[in-house]
Amino acid sequence: MSDIGYVRTEMLPEKEPPASEVGIIGWMRHNLFSGWINSILTLLSIYFVYKILEAVVPWIISPTWDAGSLSECREILHALGREGHYAGACWGVIHERWIQLIFGFYPPELYWRPIAAFVLLGVALAPVLFADKVPSKLLIFSGLYPFIFPWLLWGGTIWGPISALLGFVVGWAVYTLISKTMSGLLGIILGVLASLVWWLVISSYFVGAMDSVAAIGIEVVESRKFGGFMLSITIGVVAIACSLPLGIVLALGRQSDLMIVKYLSVGFIEFIRGVPLITLLFVASTLLNLFLPPGTNFDIILRVLIMVTLFSAAYMAEVIRGGLAALPRGQYEGADSLGLNYWQAQRLIIMPQALKISIPGIVSTFIGVFKDTVLVSIIGLLDPLGLATAIRADANWNGIVWEIYGFIGLLFFIFCFSMSRYSMYLERKLHTGHR
Amino acid sequence: MTTLTDPPKEQFRLSMLLYDTRYRSATIQVIALIGFMLLAAWIVSNTINNLAALGKPVEFGFFGEPASYDINQRLLEYSSRDTHLRAAFVGLLNTLVVAVLGCITATILGVVIGVLRLSHNWIIARLMTVYVEMFRNVPVLLWIVFIMAVLIESLPAPRAFRGENPEASMMLADSVAVTNRGVYVPEVLFSNSLGDIHLFGASSLRFDVSLDLVAFLIVLGGAIWTSRWIKRRADGIQEQTGDRPVTWWQRLAVFVVPIGLLMYALGFHLGYPELKGFNFKGGTHMRNSLIALWLALSLYTAAFIAEIVRAGIMAISKGQSEAAAALGLRQNKIMNLVILPQALRVIIPPLISNYLNLTKNSSLAIAVGYMDITGTLGGITMNQTGRELECVLLLMLVYLSISLTISAVMNWYNESVKLKER
Repeated sequence: MSDIGYVRTEMLPEKEPPASEVGIIGWMRHNLFSGWINSILTLLSIYFVYKILEAVVPWIISPTWDAGSLSECREILHALGREGHYAGACWGVIHERWIQLIFGFYPPELYWRPIAAFVLLGVALAPVLFADKVPSKLLIFSGLYPFIFPWLLWGGTIWGPISALLGFVVGWAVYTLISKTMSGLLGIILGVLASLVWWLVISSYFVGAMDSVAAIGIEVVESRKFGGFMLSITIGVVAIACSLPLGIVLALGRQSDLMIVKYLSVGFIEFIRGVPLITLLFVASTLLNLFLPPGTNFDIILRVLIMVTLFSAAYMAEVIRGGLAALPRGQYEGADSLGLNYWQAQRLIIMPQALKISIPGIVSTFIGVFKDTVLVSIIGLLDPLGLATAIRADANWNGIVWEIYGFIGLLFFIFCFSMSRYSMYLERKLHTGHR
Repeated sequence: MTTLTDPPKEQFRLSMLLYDTRYRSATIQVIALIGFMLLAAWIVSNTINNLAALGKPVEFGFFGEPASYDINQRLLEYSSRDTHLRAAFVGLLNTLVVAVLGCITATILGVVIGVLRLSHNWIIARLMTVYVEMFRNVPVLLWIVFIMAVLIESLPAPRAFRGENPEASMMLADSVAVTNRGVYVPEVLFSNSLGDIHLFGASSLRFDVSLDLVAFLIVLGGAIWTSRWIKRRADGIQEQTGDRPVTWWQRLAVFVVPIGLLMYALGFHLGYPELKGFNFKGGTHMRNSLIALWLALSLYTAAFIAEIVRAGIMAISKGQSEAAAALGLRQNKIMNLVILPQALRVIIPPLISNYLNLTKNSSLAIAVGYMDITGTLGGITMNQTGRELECVLLLMLVYLSISLTISAVMNWYNESVKLKER
């Protein structure tokens, strides 16, 4: 056994992986050039991206910020030796009109009011959106915010929103009183009736009386001065905020065992979902006044708000119904076996889970509603798109396309994209391991 | 011994309507019904009072009056002397045209983009993500108006095509002219045409059906049926003998030969657009409004369809394709027999609801002046006659019936592909 000439006694050092498999080259080989089809596709896309950048970047870099008209832009570019249809962007139009695109014709000295309204909106939403990072005391402010918001935007006497709030207080007081002494159902009915009586009958006297005692108020801004992104956000926020509770009610109605309630909900949801929003806006602009007592003539923005809310509520109801249907049967049975009644079961067991499941759908409905607010330009409101048409008809800016639509599109993109990212964050945060 | 006695028979008391769960649901329903009926009655009576005050009773007689406006893009013959009903009918067909065109284009684009988004190629996947996010997060109305503006502002005018050394030239071997007044494409013409059938006489719904088209559809249907029959026969032979006869040339031939013969017999040729005077003549003129609407709706909906396709493919677990490969199926068989049937079950329902959205979004045509049903019935007819109630209600009814038809088809499909479980 002594003819064994050589035995290695120590391990060889590990070799480096080949240079073509690691680092940037390996990554490129795997992700960009893994086969000849992929290589061609990669080269084509690089060429495509290059072409787009080559066209867009010089167009964006264009020193026309201070120009007062399209012809002035062309002169500036001509002086630089840049000719042709796409020589450069004409940023003068954005410089001159961006305030209008954001605030519409809102009085400039009152710009602080919409700004304050939207900043406070952030404060009011914070405890709802980032529940784990913000003290929950702020929820009280969130509850009061729906009354502050319209008052800040439209102005007027402070007693109006206070009276609206008191309506809820009256309804709640009646409900607790009745449901303690008599039945809960009777309490709900009488509470709603009491609120309605307050709003429809007593409220105007109350506001009048309080106004004569202490006239506290801010300047009134008429609806026709609303415009631009302020209008879009207002419609979007109000429609979203009102449609969520309405949608929950409709979804519960549709899932309910009560036949009449069920068919009423199904009929409403399917009708609204079957027609385009634009026909509902036609209803808002032409028919809604016909449906109300003779002589009623209320604000076009309020009418649009009502129709957009109904529209999004139907979609919201379907999303939430999906969440309700996705819950395992055992959850309902478990709630029953604990002896919870219908509303307790909904509040404590069903809704928290169903809403969690339907978050992606709810947020995409929100995004859809926000995007759909531009449709109001068709019935003549001055949302960003309506203003863009007006600006393009201006003699100074006749012929502007890319700059103005690009600006509006970019703002919409920022809003909608961040909302969809937020929904992803929320999904991850609420994901408890099982669905 | 204990004696069992019946519990005391409860007398029905009024308060049981509220407290007893046996009766409470009935109470709630009755209250809901009464509330709803009160609301409906209130709205109807208000409407009647308001209309009476305006002196406009509800009636549909205005549909018989001449419309006296023109519809520039249409499938049927129409003149401004035709009735409002005819205008609405032409508009309805225009809605269907743009909806069908949009659905086809959006599906093709969406499937391609959805599949490419799953590609291992990093740059392709990123580009497709950018596309999807860009189109999903900007309102479709903005895309429609923007594309319309770009078409008008940046395409060459017809006069740019004139002269010895024109600034612009026609595309695809001088057959397609892209101008700022619209796109001119070759039209299909038959020199030995079979003529038309005139349906519904001279009424407002009169409708010409080209017999050439009917003949083409019959031949096409026959070819599809024969091709299926050849496939079934080949399947049968394969079951019995284990050998599959080669059929691809037969199946191709049953399409090509009869259709080719029919085209020859009918004298098929294309009518090309030509520049005459200040504008193009001949060919089919697709106006900017149609192109902008079609393009914007397709691009926008394609972004949503891409996401649906991607989700559908990702929903099929990898084990399915591995198991199929282990059974010895080839790649195309795996796709056809295992992956697609399962993915389609996930993809089709949201796909159809996107078709529905596209159809409803086509009502935005009114923003670019394409005369669809919203532009005719809900636009000019409503403004001319002042019959808002009738027009808007009819408009809603039309869209509602389109939607309900599509959802009925969707429910039928869902039932047919539902997993057969215990």
